[in-house]
Amino acid sequence: MPNILVVEDSPTMRQLISFAIKRIPESRIIEATDGIDALKKLSSEKIDIILADINMPMMDGLKLVSLVRNNPSYQNIPIIVITTEGAEEDKKRAISIGANAYLTKPIQTQELMKLVNSFL
Amino acid sequence: MEKDFGIAKKADEFLQIFKKGEEFTKDLIMENERLRFRVAQLEEAAEKSGKEERIRIYEERIKMLEEEFNSLLERYRKVEEENKDFASKYVEVESENNNLANLYVASYQLHSTLDFNEVLRIVLEIIINLIGAEKFAIFLMDEKTNELLPAASEGFSLEELPKTKLGEDIIGKVAKEGESYFAENMGYTNDINTSSPAVCIPLKIKEHVIGVISIYSLFVQKKSFTNIDYELFNLLAGHAATAIFSSKLYTQSERKLTTIQSFLDLLKEKPRK
Repeated sequence: MPNILVVEDSPTMRQLISFAIKRIPESRIIEATDGIDALKKLSSEKIDIILADINMPMMDGLKLVSLVRNNPSYQNIPIIVITTEGAEEDKKRAISIGANAYLTKPIQTQELMKLVNSFL
Repeated sequence: MEKDFGIAKKADEFLQIFKKGEEFTKDLIMENERLRFRVAQLEEAAEKSGKEERIRIYEERIKMLEEEFNSLLERYRKVEEENKDFASKYVEVESENNNLANLYVASYQLHSTLDFNEVLRIVLEIIINLIGAEKFAIFLMDEKTNELLPAASEGFSLEELPKTKLGEDIIGKVAKEGESYFAENMGYTNDINTSSPAVCIPLKIKEHVIGVISIYSLFVQKKSFTNIDYELFNLLAGHAATAIFSSKLYTQSERKLTTIQSFLDLLKEKPRK
């Protein structure tokens, strides 16, 4: 049963992503509203994959990625970052700090499902 | 002498008989050989005819198997085609399902609150996250002045956006006519004129326009609109309008209620003095 952590400040996006991921058999979705909330969820739940928005208040997605990658307990969890930035350098930046994959908004549900499934 | 002659005669007769016997034996041997040869020929013919029969049976079997193979191949092709058909239908249903999910989420979020500012924030979120717009604004109609005033925006501050008279420019015309406007060239741009958006959607409650959504630029990765975007525009035109309108009324009535309540409290307090 994969536990998927969706880190997104927008309720609309959280609901949309959760809607899509619900179709992965036996998956469990855990929602977090920002990076700090995500770290709390990471400490209390066993997470199999993280989907994180980059632009968030309090702690953004990039900071979350670097913190997760520097923590031995979570460093092997696959991370997919989601953002509005479509530029190649933004993608490279996210990957360079440890994200496994990158999705741009507006996200295509099929693409999201394919990507999530590839890490499960 | 006579006796010798008799012996010689007998010997001659014996020889004759012997010769006849020899000839008869030779004839028998020849006949035997001929018959053996004939038997061999017949055996060979029989064997040949057996082989031919077997070949014929094998040929029939090959033909039957070939027919069976062809029919299986045909069935395989049909099944493959059906599979392709199912696969394309699955993709179609999947895409439709995703579109419906987007519309459901948008609609659900729009009606999830009665807070006016929260509704505006949700409309902005839908336009950013589901449509992929980078720079856009929501203008609301001021019924007293017949002007469209910027109420929320992304990519600009509200001060950067113009007030537009009903019927003026693209924004004013869309508000007056109630018909959506789509420019020929849409996409990402830095060259923005706030009076001429690339997309302008009227926010309508039945035929009454309460405002417009003006989109000026899309994200770099968003090259054009898809069918679901137009569906979302339709949804926003109706649902965002009712959500904005009802939340505005609710906020106003809440404010009035608070004022009346304060007034009543004040009246209640008066007799004590």
